[in-house]
This record gives sequence, structure tokens and C-alpha cells, in this order.
Amino acid sequence: MTDFLNVLALLSNFAIVPGLAYGSQLALGALGVTLVYGVLRFSNFAHGETMSFGAMATILVTWALQARGISLGPLPTALLALPVGIAITIGLCLVTDRLVYRYYRQEKTQPVTYLIVSVGLMFLLGGLIRFIIGPNDQVFNDGTRFILKAGTFKAMTGLDQGLAIKTSQSITVVTAVIIVCVLFWFLNKTRAGKSMRAYSDNEDLALLSGINPERVVMVTWIITGALACIAGTLYGLDKSYKPFTFLQLLLPIFASAIVGGIGNPFGAIAGGFVIAFSELFVTFAYKKVLAYLLPSGFAPDGLVQLLSTDYKFAVSFMILVIVLLIKPTGLFSGRTL
Amino acid sequence: MSFLIGKEMSAGYGGSDILHTCTIGVEQGEIAVVVGPNGAGKSTAMKAVFGMLPLRKGSVLMGDKDITHLKPQERVRYGMGFVPQNNNVFTSLTVQENLEMGAFIRRDDFSDTLTQVFDLFPVLKEKRSQAAGELSGGQRQQVAVGRALMTQPQVLMLDEPTAGVSPIVMDELFDRIIEIARSGIAILMVEQNAKQALSIADKGYVLVQGSNRYTDTGSALLANPNVRKAFLGG
Repeated sequence: MTDFLNVLALLSNFAIVPGLAYGSQLALGALGVTLVYGVLRFSNFAHGETMSFGAMATILVTWALQARGISLGPLPTALLALPVGIAITIGLCLVTDRLVYRYYRQEKTQPVTYLIVSVGLMFLLGGLIRFIIGPNDQVFNDGTRFILKAGTFKAMTGLDQGLAIKTSQSITVVTAVIIVCVLFWFLNKTRAGKSMRAYSDNEDLALLSGINPERVVMVTWIITGALACIAGTLYGLDKSYKPFTFLQLLLPIFASAIVGGIGNPFGAIAGGFVIAFSELFVTFAYKKVLAYLLPSGFAPDGLVQLLSTDYKFAVSFMILVIVLLIKPTGLFSGRTL
Repeated sequence: MSFLIGKEMSAGYGGSDILHTCTIGVEQGEIAVVVGPNGAGKSTAMKAVFGMLPLRKGSVLMGDKDITHLKPQERVRYGMGFVPQNNNVFTSLTVQENLEMGAFIRRDDFSDTLTQVFDLFPVLKEKRSQAAGELSGGQRQQVAVGRALMTQPQVLMLDEPTAGVSPIVMDELFDRIIEIARSGIAILMVEQNAKQALSIADKGYVLVQGSNRYTDTGSALLANPNVRKAFLGG
């Protein structure tokens, strides 16, 4: 029995709790990708860098606040800076739409051209970010680091295995739940949200109903910018902020959106958790788990790891390939919001 | 002079014209039906009247005002409703949301109009929270017509409202269309089922190769032996 509880604590500590946090971050990122795809009908490769830009903006504001001695006590100061970061990121999205995407929209360009344009924008933003904040790791997480420490958990339960929950992990999950609820309320209950879904469903009929496409596009960018900034900041809080990681993050984010069915917000969330948990469980070292479960003396010598953590991005890639082969529309058939 | 009239319209896609000085129009409270063989330019004529296709020659007048240069969205605000032949509902939205989107340009309280549409099509009230994509063909057409009625248009344009529905549902739809016309709305529609459509029409237009071949009242066209022989199967 104790062995079993130990296994449970072990899995929670190294896979389930980090998975929930990472899944929430991916879900928020994938929601942005899915919204842009659902309304503007192209895969926005610049989304990763938009997240990075949002995180960077939040970090800069956080530093400014910290320099003035303002803090949130046990919570990271970044939460206080987040609204400003969101506003800046929304501004960035609206400016890029105005300067770049609007031209191609008026030209009624093919989706593949949009895609290439977004790749260009991705490199531009990436350069801009490294120019402003530099390519190095930035730690901006302050406040209490853990809400549950491994040692405290051990003392509480008397188990050998500790369970630690970071403040950033719980903030990530709580924020993601709130954001997702607000987003679904917006899409399903408000006039602007319904018009977004209508436009995504049938562009021509939306025009016939008097829905203004430019307005729908604007609202989409506002939401996408907010989501990107929140996702980027949460990821930075949880791990650390390094501009380069957001380029790598693009793969799991797109995998999440596609696995769930690109264009479908519900699918983006489900996809985020599928990818996050797959990554963690495939790269998890099961040695200790087996040591607890197998009779003594049978414990394996190796790490019993299916895949080294260096290859974690291969997991998203594999899932992506499998889904595209078996069910190209994704778990929840996509296309419309 | 009709309330809505597309006068001597010439238009087409690309270089060549499909419509050649074609005229169609409708009075308030009346039903005008456009019939003709496949490829006669019926749907093109509708698109031209609604501004979805630029006119090379001719004009569109509504209530004596020239609306030739208005965009389709502006014509919606001006009191025109259009039900396209295909993809005429938001499949992923519920029936009620479809109707709400129809009323998108209205800033006033449209619950009265919603009640009227539900009275006209009771089945929609039953299925109000179901996705429109899950409905049968006939019910979808009702959603499509209902959506267009939500702006309280003065003119309702229907492009083959009975395409792909069963004969019983077709009769039912025609009854509803007559009811809508009686409420004072002008109805301009294209129909494949020429005989039935002309029998409810106040005015009929027979188009052939983009031009007016016969124009008369519905009953006169039905009685015309030439029309019967060539277009109505005897």
C-alpha cells in the first residue's frame, strides 16, 4: 500500500503536476493558433514569437515594477505586469495585421502565402526580441517559489517520495481555467463572439448578414494577442524565459492544435494536454516506479526511459504524424470555431 | 415601374457576358419567379440584382432609388434579404444563433421578429438549440429563409429555395413563401420547379441564354402554349 502511494506521489511530482501546468501553457498557445486559423484561415507560424514578445513585454514591465519596489507579496510581480504586457502584445498583433496581413487579405491571397508571410514575421519578431532583451535566460519569477515543498509533503504523509507544487504551476492552471471559461463565454454568449463563429463557419453568409469582416479580424487579433502574452508569460514563469525556446515550442503548440482539430477551441485544449502528458510520460524514467512495484531484487538497473528528454519534441512530432495519418481532422473535427 | 427592378442588366464573369440586357423586377407584396433552362443565367441575374456581380450595363432600382453601386452588405441595410442556393446556413451555429446572426445589423430589440419567424416556421422553435448543420434539407431552408427575414427586409430574394427537398416539404415551403408575401414583402425567386412556382407567382420571367424570352403574369405564362411546350414539359 505504501509502495503504491509512493508511486503515486512519484508520478504526481514528476509527470502529473508538471503535465497539468505544461498542458495549460500549450492549450493557451494552441487556442491562439486555432483562433487565427478558424477566422483568418492560415497557420500562424509567428505565434510562438508573439508569445515570446508578450513574455518579454511583461518581463520589462516586471523589472520596472521591481525597481520601484512594488511586489505582490507571495505571488510573482509578473502578474501585476501582465495586463500591461497583454496590452502591448495586442498592440503588436494589431500593428502587424495593419502593416502586413491586411494587404494580403485585400488581395485575397492563398493561405499558403499567408503561411510564408507569417514565417517571415516570425524571424523578424525573433530578431526584434533578441535585439531588445538579448538571447540569454531571464529569471523574473519572484514571490514564494513553492506552495507545497517536497520535504513538507514527506513530513505530512510519511512517504519516501516527495511532492512539490510550484507557485507558478498552480498560477498557470488557475489562470488557464479562468481564461478558457472567459473565452468560451465570449464565443458562445456575446454578439461579437457569435459573429466570430459565424464568420469562421461561412464567410459569404456572414457578409450577407452584415457582419463586418474587418471587425471580426480585429477582435480575433485582440484575443490572440492576449492569449499569446498570457501563455508566454506563464511558460516563462514556470520554466525560465529564453527567447530561443519559443521557436521550439512552436512544434508542440501546432501539434496540440492539430491533434485536437485545428480551428476548434475545445480541441486545442484537449490537444494541449494530450501532447503535454505524452511528452512527460514517454520521457519519464520508470526505474523508481518499477522498484516500488516489483518484488525486491527485480528492480531494473537502467532508467527504463522510453525516450531521452532530449528527444521530447520527437513525441509531439510522432503524435502529429499518427493523427494526420489516422484522423486528419483531429480528435474533435476542426475547421470552425 | 416595379418596386425593385434590375433594368436591362448586362453582366458576366471574366470577359464575356452571361446576362444580355436582362430585366427582372418585383412589386411589394407580390411574388416574382424567374424560370428557364439550366444555364439561362437565372442565378446570375439574382446575383446581379443583389450586387454580388458588377453590372457592365443597366441599373438596379429600389423604390425609385438607384442602388446599382451599393455593395451587397449595404443592400442588406437598405432592406434587401438574400437566401443563396448553397451554404445558406451557419452549420456549426444553433438555429437560434443563425437567426440572431441574421439580425446582426439590428441594434434594437429583435425578439418580436424572432417570435414571428418561429410562428412562421414552428419546427425551428422546437429545434432552436440544435446546430443548423444537423437539420434536414427542408428545415435548413427554413432556417435560411428565417435568417434573411430577421432584418425585416422589404425585398426577399430566394435562389432555388426548394432545391433538394421532398415534394411535400416543397409545397409546405411554397405556402410559407406566399404567407411572407402577404405580409407585404416583395419576393423575387429563382425556381427549378417551374410549374409550381409559376402557379403561385404574380409575375413570371422566362430567361433563355441570359435574355428575357417571355414576361407575363404567372397564370398567363402557364397558359401560354409556347411556354408550356418549351419550358414546362407540355
